Amino acid sequence: MDRPFAITLDVGTSRANHTGSWRVERPVYVDRLPPCNDACPAGENIQGWLYHAESGDYEAAWRRLVEENPLPAVMGRVCFHPCETACNRVQVDEAVGINAVERFLGDTALEKGWSLPGPGPDTGQRVLVVGAGPAGLSAAYHLRRLGHAVRLVDSSPRLGGMLRYGIPAYRLPRAVLDAEIARILALGVEVATSHPVQDIEAERVASGADAVFLAVGAQLGKRVHIPAGDSNKVVDAVSYLHQVADEDPPLLGRRVVVYGGGDTAMDAARTARRLGATDAVIVYRRNRDKMPAHPEEVEQALGEGVTVRWLSTIDRFEGGRLVLERMRLNPQGLPEPTGEYDELDADALVLALGQDTDLSLLEGARTVTVTDGVVEVGHQMMTTQAGIFAGGDVAPSDRTATVAVGHGKHAARGIDAYLRAEAPDAPERHALASFDRLNTWYYADAPRTRRPELELVRRQTNFEEVVRGLTEDNALFEARRCLSCGNCFECDNCFGVCPDNAVIKLGPGERYAFNYDFCKGCGICATECPCGAIEMVPERI
Amino acid sequence: MSETRVHFYQVGSFAVGNRLLSADERTVQSDRRRTNSIDSGHRACQGCGEALGARYALDAAMRATANQLVAVNATGCLEVFSTPFPETSWQIPWLHSLFGNAPAVATGVAAALRVKGRDQVRVVGQAGDGGTVDIGFGTLSGMFERNDDVLFICYDNEGYMNTGVQRSAATPPAARTATTDAVGPDPGNPFGQGKDLPRIAMAHGIPYVATATVADLHDLERKVERAMSLHGARYLHVFVPCPLGWGAASHETIHLARLAKETGIFPVYEAEYGEVTGVSSIRRPVPVTEYLRLQRRYAHLFGHPGRPDVIERLQAMADANIARLGLRGTEEDA
Repeated sequence: MDRPFAITLDVGTSRANHTGSWRVERPVYVDRLPPCNDACPAGENIQGWLYHAESGDYEAAWRRLVEENPLPAVMGRVCFHPCETACNRVQVDEAVGINAVERFLGDTALEKGWSLPGPGPDTGQRVLVVGAGPAGLSAAYHLRRLGHAVRLVDSSPRLGGMLRYGIPAYRLPRAVLDAEIARILALGVEVATSHPVQDIEAERVASGADAVFLAVGAQLGKRVHIPAGDSNKVVDAVSYLHQVADEDPPLLGRRVVVYGGGDTAMDAARTARRLGATDAVIVYRRNRDKMPAHPEEVEQALGEGVTVRWLSTIDRFEGGRLVLERMRLNPQGLPEPTGEYDELDADALVLALGQDTDLSLLEGARTVTVTDGVVEVGHQMMTTQAGIFAGGDVAPSDRTATVAVGHGKHAARGIDAYLRAEAPDAPERHALASFDRLNTWYYADAPRTRRPELELVRRQTNFEEVVRGLTEDNALFEARRCLSCGNCFECDNCFGVCPDNAVIKLGPGERYAFNYDFCKGCGICATECPCGAIEMVPERI
Repeated sequence: MSETRVHFYQVGSFAVGNRLLSADERTVQSDRRRTNSIDSGHRACQGCGEALGARYALDAAMRATANQLVAVNATGCLEVFSTPFPETSWQIPWLHSLFGNAPAVATGVAAALRVKGRDQVRVVGQAGDGGTVDIGFGTLSGMFERNDDVLFICYDNEGYMNTGVQRSAATPPAARTATTDAVGPDPGNPFGQGKDLPRIAMAHGIPYVATATVADLHDLERKVERAMSLHGARYLHVFVPCPLGWGAASHETIHLARLAKETGIFPVYEAEYGEVTGVSSIRRPVPVTEYLRLQRRYAHLFGHPGRPDVIERLQAMADANIARLGLRGTEEDA
């Protein structure tokens, strides 16, 4: 070889020097469970669908969403979004408006007429779903996708359960509910309405079903004994809202008092305001901190002129006048009577003190265990009787529509496993993507986009929807506020910050890989990863 | 709803890349086809800020010049860890001569190219802080004064790290090095000494002077691009943390650079013809202790009794930088 004077070796590349041998820790890419997904009772992959929404591919986002929940336009309105409470962005500025984006996607899908994924190949098996509320509808959808025939029965003339008969139209317009139900039925669901079930076993046999999903909800308003003269009108909130939904509202007069502190109490008071009550007063025995109603609903009710008598119980109702006893909270936070009384003029009293479930249809199924008025279920939603599953308000839960949707999905998967005589597959849950794993420096500051609310005056007298949707610009902005906790969103940081060029960029959608021949294990990539999707693990030496 | 809001995307302009930005809005580093001027297998320590800074700056310069670039390197870490004979990590034309003469060699390369009529080929000189502020200072000042067509880049890791962490004129006050021990009434490097080279460069009235850190890639790349769009003597001072010399964890390199900027300890700005033309505002203000505490070279300032008086002096220096350059900025700048 011809080499210059005094040169004995050819020039070589430093790539001959595998610096990966220095490493004592290696970076690995991980996917962690974002707190929103963790908190979602319907088990939505929220981070997953926001990822598509961020790029403006709303159809892909919606398709990802309906993998888990067939009612996004409904849930985008009525869900109390525990996802937003859990959202890590709360600790940066404000939670991502997940619920608003969900609604935007749901509405966009209805507008564009996107249809749900089709039914799976026919399994030849048949499932009876009793109750067409959120749990029953969700179960019917997932069962059809798994290829089982579904017969859906409900005692009411129309489908929707509490979504229709419990939630007022100003929170959930009926056209939206109807459209999302129709989309599920289009998968081929046999429906029987106005079909109360007296005996679940007999109904199962009659319908030739191989399994049953029981989701009749909690339709009975709880009563307490309040001494009241005959002339005084006392109704329960569930019946009241049901009658309003049937467009047959009872006449309650101008001064309506609602007793209770839950969401149903808010709904009843707000509905009464819309139907002409000049005074809608809620009587609640504890204070605002202890109120079980969701803060948003309380806020909206107060904004509409509903007033609240805190720390009060109703003693009796006589001659158009309620006698209230003032309460005080003891150190344990429980209300105690004070012996002091107030009076309140009232034309009618609405009781919103919780609901019971009517389980008389279980009398023929003796091995189903009922505890404290609800049906006991295992983790796949199967009751103590093989083949009978239960979910929604009849099972132990928080009794929200979102929980019911989740129950429907879990039950459908449980029923599928039962019918196949297989153990249900339970995918491993990733570790939680907690806030301390994020590097929030990289996220731009961006306050939340709020859904505009109808002007107060307008909303008091009609049932027009109170909370309006986001515009596309707003929805896109809101989606892009997602921190993508624990899941790579291809920001190129690891690829850029490696001093050893030991990160390989695989291209759009393919993420990255480490070149362990050269990675020295410095850990900069893990520290600078915005979303905490890189973990340093010790090398075995 | 303003136009910019729609363009907002999660990581804005802080991260290296962004899957939704158009290609020309992304950084050079986010491109799979970047030059990788300094290749894998180099022998820099884990988490080396200088290796990172050199790749950032040179890859950006390569793009700015359409790959018509020659780099001249002074002796120092960067030279030693990249070229142990016969291996080289450099994937660009690269020369090394002596510790003290890199600016003069760069001047010579530029002159030779001009004589050969190859004006399109541009020259970058580069050195650590030792090669720039101490040993190469005379030739660098000459290069500035003659306004030679060279971009000189100093990778400032605040000491002679390659030879065992000795003090340089860029070592900050109170820092422990092998030659400024943390003993006696005034432990570490003395106050009131050293050189602020970006300001000295500005005093030469050259076309362009800028400071940058490895924590803000977009800013660094923009400055390199700006520098390459100009002719004459230009100077870029890049802050590059040294995990070994500073006694910091290797994964903190970029974090430390960010804190240096956010505390005001290392002001990030640019100047043309001796006048400041732009500053990088502080986005999330933090006290200097956040930065100092992560480094063992300042360990003697903490603990009991510690040296709160010294920390106060360092805070006062940072505050003076903030006041002098207006680094607090306004809300919109943040």
